[in-house]
Amino acid sequence: MKDSMYGRFGGQFVPETLMPALTELEDAYKLYKDDPRFLKELGNYMKEFGGRRTPLYYAANLSKKYGIRIYLKREDLVHGGAHKLNNTLGQALLARYMGKERIIAETGAGQHGTATAMAAANMGFKAEVYMGAKDVMRQHMNVYRMELMGCEVHAVRSGSMTLKDAINEALRDWVTNVQNTHYLIGSVVGPHPYPMIVRDFQSVIGKEVREQILEKEGRLPDSIVACAGGGSNAMGIFHPFIKDENVMLYPVEAGGEELKNTDREALHSSSLCIGEEGILQGAHTLILQDRYGQILESSSVSAGLDYSGVGPELAHLADIGRITPCNVSDHEALEAFYELSRMEGIIPALESSHAVAYVMKTAETGKLGDLVVINLSGRGDKDLETVFRLRESKEGEETKTVEDKKEPDNKINDKEVCL
Amino acid sequence: MRIAEKFAELKRRKDKALIAYVCAGDPSVEATKEIVHALVKGGADIVELGLPFSDPVADGPTIQEASTRALKAGMNPDLYFEMAASIHENVPLICMTYYNLIYKRGTEKFARDCASSGITGIIVPDLPSEESGELHEACKRNGVDLIFLVTPVTSDLRIKSILGMASGFLYIVSRLGVTGQRTDVAGSTKDILNRIDSRVPKAVGFGISNKEQAAEVIHAGSDAVIVGSAFVSIIASGDNVNSRIERLAHEIKQSCIN
Repeated sequence: MKDSMYGRFGGQFVPETLMPALTELEDAYKLYKDDPRFLKELGNYMKEFGGRRTPLYYAANLSKKYGIRIYLKREDLVHGGAHKLNNTLGQALLARYMGKERIIAETGAGQHGTATAMAAANMGFKAEVYMGAKDVMRQHMNVYRMELMGCEVHAVRSGSMTLKDAINEALRDWVTNVQNTHYLIGSVVGPHPYPMIVRDFQSVIGKEVREQILEKEGRLPDSIVACAGGGSNAMGIFHPFIKDENVMLYPVEAGGEELKNTDREALHSSSLCIGEEGILQGAHTLILQDRYGQILESSSVSAGLDYSGVGPELAHLADIGRITPCNVSDHEALEAFYELSRMEGIIPALESSHAVAYVMKTAETGKLGDLVVINLSGRGDKDLETVFRLRESKEGEETKTVEDKKEPDNKINDKEVCL
Repeated sequence: MRIAEKFAELKRRKDKALIAYVCAGDPSVEATKEIVHALVKGGADIVELGLPFSDPVADGPTIQEASTRALKAGMNPDLYFEMAASIHENVPLICMTYYNLIYKRGTEKFARDCASSGITGIIVPDLPSEESGELHEACKRNGVDLIFLVTPVTSDLRIKSILGMASGFLYIVSRLGVTGQRTDVAGSTKDILNRIDSRVPKAVGFGISNKEQAAEVIHAGSDAVIVGSAFVSIIASGDNVNSRIERLAHEIKQSCIN
């Protein structure tokens, strides 16, 4: 097996222009990843700037309701509000050691873009972020956040104008400016060595969980549940447990409206669950595609999970049966968003709400065991507008239904529950 | 027609080659057939027929938009091979596409479909030599040339290993970046042409859009120029397409004639 492969997945399917840059990056990473000076500096950034280590929080109310012990890994408390900063600090520091002057990144919802802007501003890089024009509209507060920190945001108008197209455009920029620019990929996707580098920088999550759960419970968890779009928070929390075969690992994908594809689009983002093998943005992995291999546009209520591919290592781990891919619908994720907010006083990101929803949905079956860790990968403040919009449109529909069906009592109760 | 035959024919006349790219199915199958005819009439020696992909990372806006138009108009690999088989021009046809479309069809079937529809070369901009083993074997079995790219940042060591696999011609990317028209082409091109001692012809592409640039590249020692976005822009304009395509091909070809 080549170094660049995870089983039969992975690889480096990129234009020839980028091959030397990938080699340079891999060499630099190997040189610095165990260098005490690099590690000390990174550790310092993670602690003093990022706010690590994050708590492993025992969710007592949730545990009581579902009859199992549920812990939340509080990545929502990392500076910026999501796990994304773990990776951007690591890669930006690496870029500095490599002598790069400029950093580019892609972003979907804007979380990775924001984390990139933070690391870049702090370390003195010029940063430019590519973001689909649709996402720029949907997430304008994040655009403003990035701009506040001195980052230039480019709205990408090609293709579906979302994350996939932002990555394409960042790759095009990198092909053009490869000599002075580091491309700071935000997930465990893309060509090798990115899936490995991002996984390693995110593994701090799993390493901390291991220490913390041993401190608190004196044993490893029965299952770990994390949402997966590209899969960086999932790989980050899973990786230190891969060899512990008694710990079950559940990546939860976005089931969207329905687990179904039309000619041009998927109504979900579940590439691990029902994707097919193919090559997307540098890697052989599982992707959503039509019968000819054209990439389908994906869909999810959560912008951070809305991606047509998934990290190649996750595809491999699913292939050998080490992880158990699953998914929850938009609706289930939203319910979990409300329930966690109400029961624990923690507003989760819509992405992380998928992981929470899966535990709520399956706890009773017993298959998760008695001790479960959920990666709460981000906080939900960024999603309030989306959630309010969805509720308004739902209420609109319900009012209509109410008028149609004349069943006002039920609906009013529903609304109260929502509040 | 095989690519080597065409270069041998040009060599006898001491001419250099004009390789023209257009995106198949942009704006329709019928239009593409007429455009290919116009290109050949104007003097194109080899025609690259792009098989459009939804996510063309190596292409600039001009070819991205052409790909989108072609896909919207219904182009797909089945139609593509049908169309290629119906083109009867006395030039080699080359397929330029992205690897997922090849992987999905199966490398063997893809190479076989090329061979049986008269396509004698394949260019895959997102398939570096390290990943090309399977397709390379399939191409060899089916008598199709797999054409590799080298760029100004490709090391001498890589160039050597790529040359070991190269057939048809070597695609030299004139400068860093994506496809598209540019004003500066010559600088890094000369350097890379000098670095390469190739047994297959050298063809320079990315950024060449007029006869002056073509002349510079030929003068710098290239055996061929590859022109894409300039033709695609004419197609996008929808204005007097066939005659303008023919005229531009003719103009650029003049720079390639001894």
